[in-house]
Amino acid sequence: MAGLELLSDQGYRLDGRKATELRKVQARMGVFAQADGSAYLEQGNTKALAVVYGPHEMRGSRSRTLHDRAVINCQYSMATFSTAERKRRPHGDRKSTEMSLHLKQTFEAAVMTQLYPRSQIDIYVKILQSDGGNYSVCVNAATLAVIDAGIPMRDYVCACTVGFVDETPLADLCYAEESGGVSSLALALLPRGGQIALLQMDARLHQDHLETLIDAAMTACKGVSKVLDEVVRQHLQEVSVLTRE
Amino acid sequence: ITRWWRQINTVGCCYFQGSRSCRLLTSTVIMLKSKTFVKKTRSGGVLKIVREHYLRDDIWCGSEVCTECKQESTVLQRDTCIESNLCAYPHYLIPDTNVVLHQIDVLEDPVIRNVIILQTVLQEVRHRSAPVYKRIKDIIHEKEKHFYTFTNEHHRETFIEREPGESANDRNDRAIRVAATWYTQHLKTSESAADGLKVVLLTNDQGNKQKAAESGLLVFKCEEYIKSLIANPELVDRLALTNDEKNEITSSKVLFPEHLPLSRIQAGIKSGSFLQGTFRASRDNYLEATVFVPGEGEDSTEVLLQGLQNLNRAVHQDVVAVQLLPRDHWVAPSSVVLQDEGMAKDENPEEEEEEKAVSVKPTGKVVGIIKRNWRPFCGMLNVSQIKESTRHLFTPADRRIPRIRIETRQASTLAGQRIMVAIDGWPKDSRYPNGHFVRSLGGAGEKDTEEEVLLLEHDVPHQAFSQAVLSFLPKMPWAITPEDMKQRQDLRQLTVCSVDPPGCTDIDDALHCRELDNGNLEVGVHIADVSHFIRPGNALDKEAANRGTTVYLCGKRIDMVPELLSSNLCSLRSNVERLAFSCIWEMNHEAEILKTWFTKSIINSKASLTYAEAQMRIDDTTMNDDITKSLRGLNKLAKILKRRRIENGALTLSSLEVRFHIDSETHDPIDLQTKELMETNSMVEEFMLLANISVAQKIYDEFSECALLRKHPAPPPSNYDILIKAAKSKNVAIHTDSAKALADSLDMATVDSFPYFNTLLRILATRCMMQAVYFCSGMDSDFHHYGLASPIYTHFTSPIRRYSDIIVHRLLAVAIGADSTYPDLMDKHKQSALCNNLNYRHKMAQYAQRASVAFHTQLFFKTRGVLNEEGFVLFVRKNAIIVLIPKFGMEGTVFFDSKDKTAPNLVFDEEGPTLTVEQHTFHIFDKVKVTISLDASNIQHQKIRMALIDPVISGVSVPAEDLEPQSKKSKLDR
Repeated sequence: MAGLELLSDQGYRLDGRKATELRKVQARMGVFAQADGSAYLEQGNTKALAVVYGPHEMRGSRSRTLHDRAVINCQYSMATFSTAERKRRPHGDRKSTEMSLHLKQTFEAAVMTQLYPRSQIDIYVKILQSDGGNYSVCVNAATLAVIDAGIPMRDYVCACTVGFVDETPLADLCYAEESGGVSSLALALLPRGGQIALLQMDARLHQDHLETLIDAAMTACKGVSKVLDEVVRQHLQEVSVLTRE
Repeated sequence: ITRWWRQINTVGCCYFQGSRSCRLLTSTVIMLKSKTFVKKTRSGGVLKIVREHYLRDDIWCGSEVCTECKQESTVLQRDTCIESNLCAYPHYLIPDTNVVLHQIDVLEDPVIRNVIILQTVLQEVRHRSAPVYKRIKDIIHEKEKHFYTFTNEHHRETFIEREPGESANDRNDRAIRVAATWYTQHLKTSESAADGLKVVLLTNDQGNKQKAAESGLLVFKCEEYIKSLIANPELVDRLALTNDEKNEITSSKVLFPEHLPLSRIQAGIKSGSFLQGTFRASRDNYLEATVFVPGEGEDSTEVLLQGLQNLNRAVHQDVVAVQLLPRDHWVAPSSVVLQDEGMAKDENPEEEEEEKAVSVKPTGKVVGIIKRNWRPFCGMLNVSQIKESTRHLFTPADRRIPRIRIETRQASTLAGQRIMVAIDGWPKDSRYPNGHFVRSLGGAGEKDTEEEVLLLEHDVPHQAFSQAVLSFLPKMPWAITPEDMKQRQDLRQLTVCSVDPPGCTDIDDALHCRELDNGNLEVGVHIADVSHFIRPGNALDKEAANRGTTVYLCGKRIDMVPELLSSNLCSLRSNVERLAFSCIWEMNHEAEILKTWFTKSIINSKASLTYAEAQMRIDDTTMNDDITKSLRGLNKLAKILKRRRIENGALTLSSLEVRFHIDSETHDPIDLQTKELMETNSMVEEFMLLANISVAQKIYDEFSECALLRKHPAPPPSNYDILIKAAKSKNVAIHTDSAKALADSLDMATVDSFPYFNTLLRILATRCMMQAVYFCSGMDSDFHHYGLASPIYTHFTSPIRRYSDIIVHRLLAVAIGADSTYPDLMDKHKQSALCNNLNYRHKMAQYAQRASVAFHTQLFFKTRGVLNEEGFVLFVRKNAIIVLIPKFGMEGTVFFDSKDKTAPNLVFDEEGPTLTVEQHTFHIFDKVKVTISLDASNIQHQKIRMALIDPVISGVSVPAEDLEPQSKKSKLDR
């Protein structure tokens, strides 16, 4: 059987988006009361829940304590029911460990950790449903959760994946596209300053195309940041209305 | 894979929130739906897959008359310029999937324009037939056809959900109807209503048509619509016959057993009760065929099929499922030649096989067809005896294809023409498959027609390049840009020249040689940089990859790349600046390579010479210009290289190649001569070999897994039997232990009284060889090139005419950092698939070339009448000898038995091999005299006929004809 046609001659992708268009992003902040910060974010069919605890004093081995800034501890997991085939192990496998590490690096670049020396910030992210772009959805959800927790950040961290098909960069890949043999790249951006917090790519791509791909990813991230900004503002409005009463 | 839409839930309307670059979208209302279906995995698990499905408001109708849609460019015209009796108003056509699949021949006609292809239709076509999908895509790309693709599945108003209990097909049919309704409404509301533009749905499905009519659509069957077209009667013949029309001859008798459904076939194959294989019809006996069942290694078996019932409507090359008959029903292949004359309807073929043969083979019957491999077939029409009849039988040129029944009203014009016919189906109550006329190729026996036929029959893609392909050509006027200059080495000052056969317009190689200050020589081979123009993955590249090679016929060339490239921008003509890929060596005067480097360059050839001109310059001692000096240097080195190569055991083989002198006006061959070789031929060849070997080593070093190389396997020793025996008959010993031994013993093999003996031996040796093939280095471990005695080899030097060279160029460019790579280049499986195609195309091109030479030889003899010539016996067979005529480089068979005469006393001795006819014994290499004439009794299969004149054997040989140039005696005794 012929593979899927990822980009039609008319310029539409499998799900009807054009090359630069993102999936629909919906988010809510403050979904859990007992956590310090929490957020739920959907990007198309990829859904993630992020919860933040802290900053609090170091737990577990005190040897990891840093004297000039806070330690960020990330844990990434996928719900057993998140993929088409049941997952045997929700977390702790190599992929999740790697993803946790990437999240940690991303947020170390964004959170102003120097304000909380000798303390710890925990970020837990769980993928409830997976349909491509897990990393970026996690970052976006975690950003909202960190904001919800009131931890100062340099800027929103927004992430997005882009793929390269027929000499065209496709923004925000869904699972069908990711698995269709596309060279993809994940990028986390601090949009206001245009600083890259993390860039990850494990596919083969010629360096000539890298620049266009990064450009596309940055534009897509800026798109995400607008949505997140709106979510935060709306959330604040709701909360302030409540408190006023 | 079963796929169905189970549940679709509307999430609701929302504004899409994208980044600034998606500005277009922020104003567009987007609706999100999700599409759920269940998929079965290979291991048997069932997966539920959920995909998003966005519906949009910014998909335009593509019509010129529309003022509502904010489209930038339109495809569909205001004036639809298609006139039909049924619809007097201007209209657009919407064909459904089956119409596209079956009537693509009609849709391709230039008359059919302004057609809306729905996405639903396009996707279904893509699923069901790759070739049709490609054809419809080509049509869509063609601007003059005005075909518009409407993305109806993502349009908010035309998307529909599958209802409970609705089959996928019904859902798609409904989607097509909904889209057609939308178009009708849409065109009505726009101010275009004044034009009265309408849409017409074409479908052959009765149910679909009825439902469409109920919902107020204009709907026609494809057939009735095409028939109603004014001034296009011949289009009707192209209509494929469809089953529901019931217009085939329905005899009450069911001739064939029913084919089993695919599910049962698959179950049967799994359980081992059926075998799957490729059906190969016999050339000689229409009631017999074999099915080649591939197995692991040596396990491949062949199943014999006999009798119409057992063949059960399989056509040559189909993939079929066969069931073995019980062992006592097994038979031996019959040795009878049977041609289907159409009369033998009722004879029972098994009756012929009464003889108790010893060599019975597994025998079986076809129970089902797994995949049809039908293509349009070339052939001729047998006009029905009844004058008014519209049904006729068609006889394909390929004897392995059954006759096809077609319906046409133009039988009288088509009689005597070569035509193409496609099979539509083969009902179980019909003796012959049903088909439809595709197009006429021209009068039989005419040069153009026959050329076309041999291209089609050898599967040589030869259509004009499509618009999509041409769009990737550089824009003229083309010039080398400063960026090119920056990236390339400037070699324009070098005295580069090219040496080619006369009349060559696609010059892909040029050479130079100069003395360096340190006394060494610098030699450069410059190859046209085709990969600069053909970028990976675009339509031009795909087309070239598919064509694989340029095909040279007598007086005609079927290009692999469009002419602008092959004869102009890539051709290294003299005194123009061209881009090249150069392979440069520093050598000492003993032709030892001291240094090799590769670079992309710019050259300016100083002269395009023919072999003869180059030879003249070398020989003429009065000439001392740079070009001549360069040529002399090259020639000197080439001789050393050649000597060294031969010392290493490279073979010099021989085959006679003929060249026709072609009349400049009629293009008929006037005379033929065998090609002669000059020193300069081998000079160019030597450097090409050297370049190929150097490049092969380089790309293999860089990419050990995915280098495209060429190998020539050593033939199995048994292949040489005939050569050894033949040489022995003249008391010459041939050693075949190694290439070197063979080469040496061939050099030694001379017979004083017989100067032509050595050439004959070399011709024989060539026949013993294996085919050289392309392969991917990651998929094979044996790289050796037997004929050239080189451990590694590839093709680098002719990228204009071979696709393999383009790939090698790309690999080399990546290796030296001059170009970027792409995933397919580094994928050994894709590379390997490409090699298979290239090998196939090369083989077919070779066959086509030979067929073209044979055809021209026939034309030549047609004008010459009967000729008497001397020849040599090349092979001895049981009932014939094969004679080579050196003058024409042609071989023919002299038969000693024929149907209508009692055979002479024949004794065949396999050891010699010799054949004794009456008293005379024929040995290999015997000199004979034959008379040559053209046998035109069968117009589809004209052939050269030879008859023996000398030695005279009573009852066998014929008296020498008096040579009257125009006398055409076609009926000679054999």
